[in-house]
Amino acid sequence: MAALGIAAGSANWFTALALGVTLLKCLLIPTYHSTDFEVHRNWLAITHNLPISQWYYEATSEWTLDYPPFFAWFEYALSHVAKYFDPEMLKVHNLNYSSSRTLLFQRFSVIFTDALFVYAVYECCKCIEGRKSGKELLEKPKFILSVLLLWNFGLLIVDHIHFQYNGFLFGLMLLSIARLFQKRHVEGAFLFAVLLHFKHIYLYVAPAYGVYLLRSYCFTAVKPDGSVRWNSFSFVRVTSLGLVVFLVTALSLGPFLALNQLPQIFSRLFPFKRGLCHAYWAPNFWALYNVLDKVLSVIGLQLKLLDPSKIPKASMTSGLVQEFQHVVLPSVTPLATFVCTLMAVLPSVFCLWFKPQGPRGFLRCLILCALSSFLFGWHVHEKAILLAILPLSLLSVEKADDASIFLILTTTGHFSLFPLLFTAPELPIKILLMLLFTIYSISSLKTLFRKEKPLFNWMETFYLLGLGPLEICCEFLFPFTSWKLKYPFIPLLLTSVYCAVGITYSWLKLYVSVLTGPPVGKTKKK
Amino acid sequence: MEKWYLMTVVVLIGLTVRWTVSLNSYSGAGKPPMFGDYEAQRHWQEITFNLPIKQWYFNSSDNNLQYWGLDYPPLTAYHSLLCAHVAKFINPDWIALHTSRGYESQAHKLFMRTTVLIADLLIYIPAVVLYCCCLKEISTKKKIANALCILLYPGLILIDYGHFQYNSVSLGFALWGVLGVSYDWDLLGSLAFCLALNYKQMELYHSLPFFCFLLGKCFKKGLKGKGFALLLKLACTVAGSFILCWLPFFTDKEQTLQVLRRLFPVDRGLFEDKVANVWCSFSVFLKIKDILPRDIQIIISFCFTFLSLLPACVKLILQPSPKGFKFTLVGCALSFFLFSFQVHEKSILLVSLPVCLVLNEIPFMSTWFLLVSTFSMLPLLLKDGLLLPSLVTVMAFFIACATCFSIFEKICEEELQLKSFSISVRKYLPSFTFLPRIIQYLFFLSVITMALLTLMTITLDPPQKLPDLFSVLVCFVSCLNFLFFLVYFNIIIMWDSKTERNQKKVN
Repeated sequence: MAALGIAAGSANWFTALALGVTLLKCLLIPTYHSTDFEVHRNWLAITHNLPISQWYYEATSEWTLDYPPFFAWFEYALSHVAKYFDPEMLKVHNLNYSSSRTLLFQRFSVIFTDALFVYAVYECCKCIEGRKSGKELLEKPKFILSVLLLWNFGLLIVDHIHFQYNGFLFGLMLLSIARLFQKRHVEGAFLFAVLLHFKHIYLYVAPAYGVYLLRSYCFTAVKPDGSVRWNSFSFVRVTSLGLVVFLVTALSLGPFLALNQLPQIFSRLFPFKRGLCHAYWAPNFWALYNVLDKVLSVIGLQLKLLDPSKIPKASMTSGLVQEFQHVVLPSVTPLATFVCTLMAVLPSVFCLWFKPQGPRGFLRCLILCALSSFLFGWHVHEKAILLAILPLSLLSVEKADDASIFLILTTTGHFSLFPLLFTAPELPIKILLMLLFTIYSISSLKTLFRKEKPLFNWMETFYLLGLGPLEICCEFLFPFTSWKLKYPFIPLLLTSVYCAVGITYSWLKLYVSVLTGPPVGKTKKK
Repeated sequence: MEKWYLMTVVVLIGLTVRWTVSLNSYSGAGKPPMFGDYEAQRHWQEITFNLPIKQWYFNSSDNNLQYWGLDYPPLTAYHSLLCAHVAKFINPDWIALHTSRGYESQAHKLFMRTTVLIADLLIYIPAVVLYCCCLKEISTKKKIANALCILLYPGLILIDYGHFQYNSVSLGFALWGVLGVSYDWDLLGSLAFCLALNYKQMELYHSLPFFCFLLGKCFKKGLKGKGFALLLKLACTVAGSFILCWLPFFTDKEQTLQVLRRLFPVDRGLFEDKVANVWCSFSVFLKIKDILPRDIQIIISFCFTFLSLLPACVKLILQPSPKGFKFTLVGCALSFFLFSFQVHEKSILLVSLPVCLVLNEIPFMSTWFLLVSTFSMLPLLLKDGLLLPSLVTVMAFFIACATCFSIFEKICEEELQLKSFSISVRKYLPSFTFLPRIIQYLFFLSVITMALLTLMTITLDPPQKLPDLFSVLVCFVSCLNFLFFLVYFNIIIMWDSKTERNQKKVN
């Protein structure tokens, strides 16, 4: 403890911030945890007890292993620590087992693996430009960035209350971004390849990585007007990249290829049997689409344009994961969402190819990829918004425009996570933490850019302030109204539709800023 | 000021920590037949709601005083009544007479925790924020850092939100009192302090410094002119607020006497459970509690308390200053805690509050004291199943203090406020320059002892012959620390004005 004190006493603010949030995470141990807790316990049991060949076939629990092999290996490694805590949790048939030691072990495993996230944040802080930094510590971009990342509201509630292992995965992603910023491209590619084999949701941002590495690493020179010089293509570089990615993939999928299990793995990883929207609607384009369909069908019924007997009974708004027929608008197939996502991603990728702006341009493209697939993807979880929020934090402390987009996206995106925590004891925690993060992010970025134009116009201010009344209506007033039993889905519906507007808006704003951004020549010279 | 958003952030951090601690267990959870302080507070709601005011403090078939009878002053009873009305609105089972005994449920826990949070939010937290904002001669950043450290003080959080009590109400009122009196709002200050006193009689620990400071102020203004007027006004305020609080109990003499008997239960003995005070620690060697008759115990404890706080109080009357007042509050409360009759382990919070107030003046020593004070309640916290939140909040508090005040760079005679004392000692002992180093070594020794003892208490089973070994050790070690602090704070108080005089000479 004394050594700790000396470490903290030497005014090392980063250590203090990291330790502070770690202690907060420890305080969150007794909070509510979702079924994901049982999911991960089950995976611990599966990987610990069964041979590799059984990992992707075992189906005693409904929560089958549906993450790529590296994550399974990660659970395997954890299980060897877990047996010292409580061997009971490692039994496959011990469904929904949750002793206090199991709880402690699982919670602490998340907290400890977050060390990688802390390190990645530390590396990221080195990458941003600190030219605006004044003397005041609290107004340094590095300080603000580390608070925005380390104390991120979404990560805290998703990982440490709801229960998931996003912390170290995002750590890997931020670390690989930091490596690209530091011109250590192969290392960055390696980290990203590893990340993909931990959790395949990161495939959404793979186009940005692919195009950036090809354009800015494999081609070693550009023409004076910024377009690519085709003869500067470096075979050594492309081979090294390919080799790294191939080796990682071989290490991950190789054993299963040998067992001839790849089709089984892929059917687990990409379950298209699930519905268009997750149980709680993610605030994306499809939420707006569904609501439009609902409104049109209600209008249609009122005007007697529709035949009530033909309306399918499966109500999408009741919050079940199932396939659903739209009434008025055409139904959405996985292929349609795929095409939409591709259409949304393509412009940003083209922009990255034709108007490369260094690692910052790459980061913008990555965020756009994440946001586009969040908006148009099939069966998107609301948690996926973190994929855009965390990288955008890096940009937000450098430019006022980005800061404004970041604040709108973060506030609405975080608010849309509220339905994840629906139990009464966690209500104050989520509101307090949300206020904490929102007030800090808005005020500190406002202070940072106080000499430039205001971050929000009146419309944005009005929209963000509207979140307050919305929360009061949804969680404090609605439960006391008579609609609670008849239309229990209304709060969820309102939340995701309201947030979908903000997220779509920030997506458009970011897209506009990327497409109309400065031409190549200006930024290349730096 | 642009940095006020940071104050909001600090308050939110304080609230978050409070609420997360409150998710843990409380005293007496699932332990019939007596349960713990949580049940006591619930029971008081039941009693005050269902019985007429005349019967609150009397034993009857409906009000068994042996089962958590009301033994706090009227304001606590009114507060319970208020909470009971809310409880009745939510779920009448919670306060049903007789049948609700030992009622426990998740919803009820949530309700009780919320009442604590609301009381804290209304009384204690605003007082802390205002106190820090009013501090003079330090930067805004330091004020906010100070507020963070005070709001993160683990002792109060763990007792109020873990163990379950409403200390933030009485301590909050006392803090409002300190604020008022320090900034010359004497009447409001004394009103606030009377409220504190009527909420919890333990606030008597703070009463002497308040009395002496106000008396000293009156003397300073001249007892024949303004001072006398002030004295009259103060007397009226105090009498008025007391009468107001006690009005229902002044109807007949027996009522008043019964309340007083309930407030000062002399027959409960010299100390309760394991307390880190002198008597409990001394009984390791000699069981005074059993050897001496009770009235002699009372006399002895009274004499010791009185003698140990006399110098500081006299000094405060002669030279009243806000700074001296704060330090005297520490000294007096500590004397009471160490020597007085019938002390609870939780009473250390009454010392911690004024120590929090001097945190920015002597950060190193205050942090140390606040760590020891939390440690002294370890047996209680362990009994309530609050090990994890205790460790976490203590570490968070320590990191906050270490980072905000960089305490380890501030161990010199000036920062410890021992300059004038050392100078006077050096007149007789010229080589007396090693004090700061000794204090530093003592700090490390104390922290290591505390860490080791905590570790032993958690991991080892005590020997069968001495089942209380670890808790007695905890109390003993804490008591030694507290005695050291008593000496230290009295030195600061006694040598205080000499520095001022010296500075004036220099100027």
